[in-house]
Amino acid sequence: MLQSLKNQGRCMKRGLATIADSAANPNRIHGGLKDQDRIFQNVYGKYGHDLKSAQKMGDWYKTKEIVQKGDKWIIDELKKSGLRGRGGAGFPTGLKYSFMNPPGWEKNVGPRYLVINADEGEPGTCKDREIIRKDPHKLVEGCLVVGRAMNATAAYIYIRGEFYNEAVILQGAINEAYRAGLIGKNACGSGYDFDVYIHRGMGAYICGEETALIESIEGKAGKPRLKPPFPAGVGLFGRPSTVTNVETVAVCPTIVRRGGEWFASFGRERNAGTKLFCVSGHVNEPCTVEEEMSIPLKELLEKHCGGVKGGWDNLLGVIPGGCSVPIMPKAVCDNVLMDYDALRDEGSGLGTAAVIVMNKQTDIIQAISRFSAFYKHESCGQCTPCREGTAWLEKMMARFVKGQASEKEIDMIFELTKEIEGHTICGLGDASAWPVQGLIKSFRPVMEERIKAYKENDNSTVHYGGWVKGGKVQDGRVVDNPLPSAHH
Amino acid sequence: MFRNLQKNLQGQLSRKSWQISKRHSSIVSVHRDTKLNNPSLPFEFNSENRKRADEVIAKYPPQYKKAAVMALLDLGQRQAGFTSIAVMNYVAKYLDMPPMRVYEVATFYTMYNRSNVGKYRIQICTTTPCQLCGSDGIMEAVSNYLKIKPGQTTENNLFTIQEVECLGACVNAPMLALNDDYYEDLTPSSVVELLKSLEAGKVPEKYGPLSGRDSCEPFSGPNVLLGDKPTDISKLTRSDL
Repeated sequence: MLQSLKNQGRCMKRGLATIADSAANPNRIHGGLKDQDRIFQNVYGKYGHDLKSAQKMGDWYKTKEIVQKGDKWIIDELKKSGLRGRGGAGFPTGLKYSFMNPPGWEKNVGPRYLVINADEGEPGTCKDREIIRKDPHKLVEGCLVVGRAMNATAAYIYIRGEFYNEAVILQGAINEAYRAGLIGKNACGSGYDFDVYIHRGMGAYICGEETALIESIEGKAGKPRLKPPFPAGVGLFGRPSTVTNVETVAVCPTIVRRGGEWFASFGRERNAGTKLFCVSGHVNEPCTVEEEMSIPLKELLEKHCGGVKGGWDNLLGVIPGGCSVPIMPKAVCDNVLMDYDALRDEGSGLGTAAVIVMNKQTDIIQAISRFSAFYKHESCGQCTPCREGTAWLEKMMARFVKGQASEKEIDMIFELTKEIEGHTICGLGDASAWPVQGLIKSFRPVMEERIKAYKENDNSTVHYGGWVKGGKVQDGRVVDNPLPSAHH
Repeated sequence: MFRNLQKNLQGQLSRKSWQISKRHSSIVSVHRDTKLNNPSLPFEFNSENRKRADEVIAKYPPQYKKAAVMALLDLGQRQAGFTSIAVMNYVAKYLDMPPMRVYEVATFYTMYNRSNVGKYRIQICTTTPCQLCGSDGIMEAVSNYLKIKPGQTTENNLFTIQEVECLGACVNAPMLALNDDYYEDLTPSSVVELLKSLEAGKVPEKYGPLSGRDSCEPFSGPNVLLGDKPTDISKLTRSDL
């Protein structure tokens, strides 16, 4: 318990960037992005996704000149823009791409790969799908520009298998670009050779993890690798590679074309740019919308999504970045800004900016328990803490939904999440632990109430493991004891 | 005491193994030969798929032919209806891989059906964002109408229902995937309508949201990007390019 308190303290520490920024620019309110500054002009599918429509928006304009500027110029521009990875971790993109070009990289002769992560599976997230099916040329052009920046020879786009129609559209865009000479040998007439391939996944959330994704492209089960070596050293097919998110790549050509300063003018310092927000759950008008970073959450929901069902006061909590980040209660949602640092300061995270809204009619324990079931299903089974822990979490959470537990078990499940967190090769273990931790942190009284109600209803004492008086095991089966569905 | 233990042990041993394991078929990775699925059944790509397979293999470096295994299994599944052991063995031979490496892949990824499925495979998403919007009601409506549970196939071999994790269309929740197409913004009544038209042999011409909206904009229409022409970025491009 003490350990956990200490950790919580660490989460709550304010980042330096936040302080510096608010002092320099105290009154600026973000949001209200103008249409001319939206990168994804076709997010609502108004104009078609073919090459001609894309060129009308300015895609593939002067790409030759951009490619000829060279790797250092492009990376400097990206660094200037302050772009941070849009896949969830928020690592500075320019810096990440520069890892592909350490001094003397030319001596390592052979192919080098850019791998695009389009295995969008995080519950709540549906931004990459909109990019792929409506603005595929932004992604294909992004592959070339980013590929040039890291001196890659080819790009593999790993798209999740369920996105069949999206993969068809993307392949169509790639074929168009090949035919027009925009990619392939002497791409855009710049003298640079670059190929783009699609690799379809087959339904495994874990393949969104970069090393699992690489394993998957190599034709193996998608089980994450230990790092180091990092992919930038030894990655896909044993060659230097970088795995990066669709949105990050798709915004790069526009950033380079309009200049890093333009992009950096949006959002607070160190949280620059525009971002696709996908708002789902209990809002009147769920939608995907591109907005400025650091927009207040309340404004995002009320301006673009028609407000929370039942009014703002009916809000219970918001998960701001896909299921892997902790839930924020309403008191936090009132004032919080939607960017990396502000959400981290609140003990949550921007993740993929997939905002899941829950109003007071939600059974919050049920909602989080469903996430536990999700992680149990998606654990690859490689590391014991995750394989066993996620199954255990699911079973315990199923009992908490009914209230068939003892109050001390709330502390036990919290400790269990701490045993999973940080003890696995990849981040899935951590991600399975955080929603449960968030639930306990923000909604512990609800859980206690549920337990009390169960006791009063059944008029029995529940012991550890959900055992009631008289329950026993006979022939390998539990008898005379109620069992939640996850136990069957 | 000891006698009791012995008795118990005997009781356990005499029980057949299939009685103990009551697990859902999708998570059992064991293959058992059946009439429809055994290694002696012939399988071969048709000429079209052979061409496609060679195109796929050409995407990867020549020494990493096995990278094509996922795509080839998918081709095999589309041709044979499901990923049978014969398909796996054929793909292993096609790519010069040990069959076990192919089995590993086929059992790891959830989109390979290792047993027969109906003509229409319905995958209903029930993860939290969909659940918040009523996916439990959709699941109930579908299973009540077809009178089967998730994981089962109707007797006429037309429908299979599967409960799946997030399919990445959360803004349009609740949703289901019918074979390769997404049907979104469902209500219990609209999903039953969909099933009825499929039973009558009619696949709807348009997939996507059933609520009238086009894709991911708000129900009442877009709030932004209202102009009739997109902004042309080429006019805003920096001058030093």
